[in-house]
Amino acid sequence: MGKTISEKILSDHSDKDLKAGDVAVCDVDFCFGQDGTSSIIIDSFNKLGVDKAFDKSKFYMVIDHSAPSPNIGVSAIHKKMRSFARSLNVGMYDIGCGVCHQLVPQNGHVTCGDLVLGADSHTCTYGAINVFSTGVGSTDLAVTLACGKNWFRVPETIKVIVNGKLPKGVYSKDIILSIVKDIGSNGATYKAVEFYGEAITSLSVDARLTISNMAVEIGAKVGLMEADTKVLKWVAQKGSKREPKPVHADIDARYIAVKTYDVSKLKPQVAKPHAVDNVSDVDKLSDVKIDQAFLGTCTNGRLEDLVAAARILKGRTIFPGMKFMIAPASKEIYIEAMKEGIIETFVKSGSTVLAPGCGPCVGTHNGVLADGEAAISTANRNFKGRMGNPNSFIYLASPATVAASALTGRITDPREFKNRL
Amino acid sequence: MKHFARRLKVNDNINTDYVISGRYKFKIQDPKELAGHIFEDIDPGFAARIKEGDILIAGDNFGCGSSREQAPQALKMAGFSAVVAKNFARIFYRNAFNIGLLVVECNTDFIDDGDELEIDAVSGKIQNKSKGLLLDIKPVPPVMKKLLEDGGVVEHFKKYGGFKFE
Repeated sequence: MGKTISEKILSDHSDKDLKAGDVAVCDVDFCFGQDGTSSIIIDSFNKLGVDKAFDKSKFYMVIDHSAPSPNIGVSAIHKKMRSFARSLNVGMYDIGCGVCHQLVPQNGHVTCGDLVLGADSHTCTYGAINVFSTGVGSTDLAVTLACGKNWFRVPETIKVIVNGKLPKGVYSKDIILSIVKDIGSNGATYKAVEFYGEAITSLSVDARLTISNMAVEIGAKVGLMEADTKVLKWVAQKGSKREPKPVHADIDARYIAVKTYDVSKLKPQVAKPHAVDNVSDVDKLSDVKIDQAFLGTCTNGRLEDLVAAARILKGRTIFPGMKFMIAPASKEIYIEAMKEGIIETFVKSGSTVLAPGCGPCVGTHNGVLADGEAAISTANRNFKGRMGNPNSFIYLASPATVAASALTGRITDPREFKNRL
Repeated sequence: MKHFARRLKVNDNINTDYVISGRYKFKIQDPKELAGHIFEDIDPGFAARIKEGDILIAGDNFGCGSSREQAPQALKMAGFSAVVAKNFARIFYRNAFNIGLLVVECNTDFIDDGDELEIDAVSGKIQNKSKGLLLDIKPVPPVMKKLLEDGGVVEHFKKYGGFKFE
């Protein structure tokens, strides 16, 4: 019997030939925490009776969820992280650097065939570059920091095939929202997903990261894709210290389910309050008024996301009373966007450009909603209270849909701006 | 000690943001203080009704979403002796065992708020004393059992200097 990508990568990192359902202790290639999880990583690590990292080049901490700090409590956590990084002589991305799930692949910390753990549930993002990466809690991460290993249950895999040519104005975010709607928030719990099909391979690597990023929203452990020439070129440009080892599933690999989609007639998708799988076509929501928009996060804060929004916004101003927050996912993306005049377009439109980071998505700062207000966001979660106020409403959509809605003050199909797509 | 079931207004897909909101978890480090705010966004006042030893009852996909370990920590600090749900999201499930919070999977349709329960993890049964029912628990995976026996992953690591499951 052939093997899935998960079975192969986990076998390669253990001393066993593993299949779905097996449990094994595996070597981890890279691990990290962010400022919402690192405080407990530090506390748990200090209880283990170990005084150094298993490999100081294979662990980073990232300050992104509250960057810069909005209050004294968070400032104390940031200070604790900086002090721990110094004492262990490990790497740290401080405020202004960007979002962990952008920095980890962008800065060459991971490559094809790797096994990666992050103390953040969206660590599944790098599945798009053929990395078995998954989120764990802080104590799990602390143990890996100490010994370079953790235990894994080899997941069963759902094969998802996405066919068709994506229409203009419809993006990878719309693909994954439509899949989340179909599979449901509990439909892939403890499973891996492998994505295939021409609609996937025709996407840029950045756009693919958006899809893998949201695999956890159907409960999946990882959302894997194959390493094609685009991926190999992408990781080579990022300069990983390890050689990429592309892993393909065998032709006779065993899948517990196969789902096939066709996106050639897909419309822009919007997830409605208060669940990510509560998805509808954009044109059914044109009466919904919007008070705030947010472009950014580990899902959609990359350069092409900013480009898509800037095309729609160029030369226009946002709706009266609208608050539009934009956070590039990293310093490097911010600089590129400046060079291309995108930041100027945003500022002139009346939008507010924030430091690289992801605070608004988790409601820590930079745009907490008032009672009764509605926001449209490019993030991945719209749980009640997620953006800081349980009496507000969050809609999730692509960067183009968010930008279009910021201009009109209601949920708007970006195809209404068809000469700007 | 007697253990009583506590049910929330919401049954399925209770995510870790609902267990403890980002409003609190980013700025409060004291788990006891966090425990006072659990489920505030979906069931205000729930935290104040919890008594030491209570068992939290939920439906499908408990603990989905964010990886925050503050969620199982806050449940433990609030006084819950266990969480029983139809099934759990992956990261929450691991986190709970890692910090020594008992979580078991069982058909919770036969448990109402206030029922007196007795969990026997060894025999794999929950006795619903109020209803006179004996409910089956889905067997706990051997790795999880080992972690729970050792008192969580930190104690396991200290005992063996790494992972030891065989």
